Amino acid sequence: MATSAALRAPNTFRAGPDERGRFGIFGGRFVAETLMPLILDLERAYEAAKTDPAFHAEMNHWRTHYVGRPSPLYFARRITEHLGGAKVYFKRDELNHTGSHKINNCLGQILLAKRMGKTRIIAETGAGQHGVAAATVSAQFGLPCTVYMGSKDIDRQAPNVFRMKLLGAEVRPVESGSRSLKDALNEALRDWVTNVADTFYIIGTAAGPHPYPAMVRDFQCIIGEEVRTQIAEAEGRLPDSLVACIGGGSNAIGLFHPFLDDPSVRIIGVEAAGRGIETGEHAASLTAGRPGVLHGNRTYLLQDDDGQIKEAHSISAGLDYPGIGPEHAWLKDTGRAEYVAATDAEALEAFKLCARLEGILPALEPAHALAHVIKIAPTLPKDHIIVMNLCGRGDKDVFSIAQHLGADL
Amino acid sequence: MSSRIAACFAALRKEGRAGLITFLTAGDPDRATSLAILQGLARAGADVIELGMPFTDPMADGPAIQAGNLRALAGGMTLKGVLDLARAFRAGDDATPLVLMGYYNPIYSYGNARFLADARAAGVDGLIIVDLPPEEDDELCLPAHAAGLDFIRLATPTTDDRRLPKVLTNTSGFIYYVSITGITGTRTPRAQAVTQAVARLKRHTTLPVAVGFGIRTPADAAETARAADAAVVGSALVERCAPGGPGVVKDVLGAVAALAEGVRGARR
Repeated sequence: MATSAALRAPNTFRAGPDERGRFGIFGGRFVAETLMPLILDLERAYEAAKTDPAFHAEMNHWRTHYVGRPSPLYFARRITEHLGGAKVYFKRDELNHTGSHKINNCLGQILLAKRMGKTRIIAETGAGQHGVAAATVSAQFGLPCTVYMGSKDIDRQAPNVFRMKLLGAEVRPVESGSRSLKDALNEALRDWVTNVADTFYIIGTAAGPHPYPAMVRDFQCIIGEEVRTQIAEAEGRLPDSLVACIGGGSNAIGLFHPFLDDPSVRIIGVEAAGRGIETGEHAASLTAGRPGVLHGNRTYLLQDDDGQIKEAHSISAGLDYPGIGPEHAWLKDTGRAEYVAATDAEALEAFKLCARLEGILPALEPAHALAHVIKIAPTLPKDHIIVMNLCGRGDKDVFSIAQHLGADL
Repeated sequence: MSSRIAACFAALRKEGRAGLITFLTAGDPDRATSLAILQGLARAGADVIELGMPFTDPMADGPAIQAGNLRALAGGMTLKGVLDLARAFRAGDDATPLVLMGYYNPIYSYGNARFLADARAAGVDGLIIVDLPPEEDDELCLPAHAAGLDFIRLATPTTDDRRLPKVLTNTSGFIYYVSITGITGTRTPRAQAVTQAVARLKRHTTLPVAVGFGIRTPADAAETARAADAAVVGSALVERCAPGGPGVVKDVLGAVAALAEGVRGARR
């Protein structure tokens, strides 16, 4: 066992993807020919930007003065005391402008869109956090923005829909398929295929065809890089565990990636178990799916025996996706990261605990991460350090949580 | 590769006319209707038959074909069911080329090697897999060639002269030119642009050039037939499957006959 694992383990977990955009067998460029020249263009433009100090200088300027980075690394004393075990830190990416980690990626992509001379932005959104972030940078950089959103998500994320409209974006409801995030992605791809000359597609998570998974990860890595510096200042050492929620997996890969080659750091991604894995109504593609090809990449998917994509379910619209970023699929198969799941009910309980003990309303997405922290922290020694990515704030969820708790607003 | 596809285009050349390629989704609106349509297509004037393998997430398709996919899936169609339909069709027609068109995941789930063997045994001649560009040729394209199936690739207005050779390299049977940037069934291409595009493709390949996306009427088909080796009609036929019921077979085959008349009457 140990030998085969050692043989399988690469020298570094941070070198991917390869030139074909693959992490092991995952990733790739499974797109229609119309889009192929566009993603090759994007790859060239991104490779050039990546090594251009001017691009990074501009990013850093906007991160500091517009997004409000670095976000704090906060010792959650009350939760730590309540759980009675490991020390729990929150990476406070919910304090970013627009209220989640999504702005990190949107900022990078819109700067790239400007460099490429694109004049129109499209995006897909589930919870609306990415849609809001895309609408925000589009407003700031003066580009028209169209956001595709499943009509089911429009109903449960009404405040974010209105925010996008206030920011000048057009929100196009998607009625096809399961009317949620995967269908919004299909519809955005259809738009891109139709408007190839002027349009830049800001994908919101670390999935899709190469180079998106790598590019989105790179833009989100600021999270983990800051944590490295901040935890060194706070504790003088590396954390023992990292915990983040996983829908497509962008906040998680941003936290995890800078630590992949530190073997002492345990890495845990938390998927949405919905009403329970055994009910089949969940969004846990790594826990309960198998490899397949969707939205331009090979990854773990929720699918039936015929390879038809199944509808995901989660209380959190942002995790309600039947796939997962390809790098997570690879990290699972190599054993470098562990993937677990938390149910709707566990996430709601975590949400309530966080509100009452810490005075923080987490988004329902990181409430899943917190639900897992609640499970493991009491079993760990007091000198064990957990860093959890609090990647979004819960203001957007207040109405749907009220509904779940039976409160009449 | 497939002798049926090669023989078909050779015969068309001899007749001095373009071909009509029809697209319908297998199992749309139900299995029995779908088979009855398949069995009548050649007599109605289809020269090559494209049979869609339904998928929940047909990303390159417009509303008409999306709906057709969902109707077929709701009726219980599976990839195994598609191969059964192909076999049933082939039992009564040993000449008309049959090409399966769709997306990669159901095939990957079925198992690539098993799928290629079963497709070949069912009498399938070629594959069009929308989300497998040349960059992913080792997945299914090269194994398909080895199994004796043509792998027909899409070329699009975004495929420039620099990229075209890459797209053509492992393409066989014919090349399918997507006449618009966009999804199926949404807008009609400009005749002049199609003529220029076909001429451009012909400078790079000796393969027959079929043109599709947005061809709806016999007049559209005739216009395409003047420029290309074949015209592909999909959405306009799939829409006729939507009502379901006993009238669908006659309605679809009537539309195919009218399109065939348009294609056959076009002077080249």
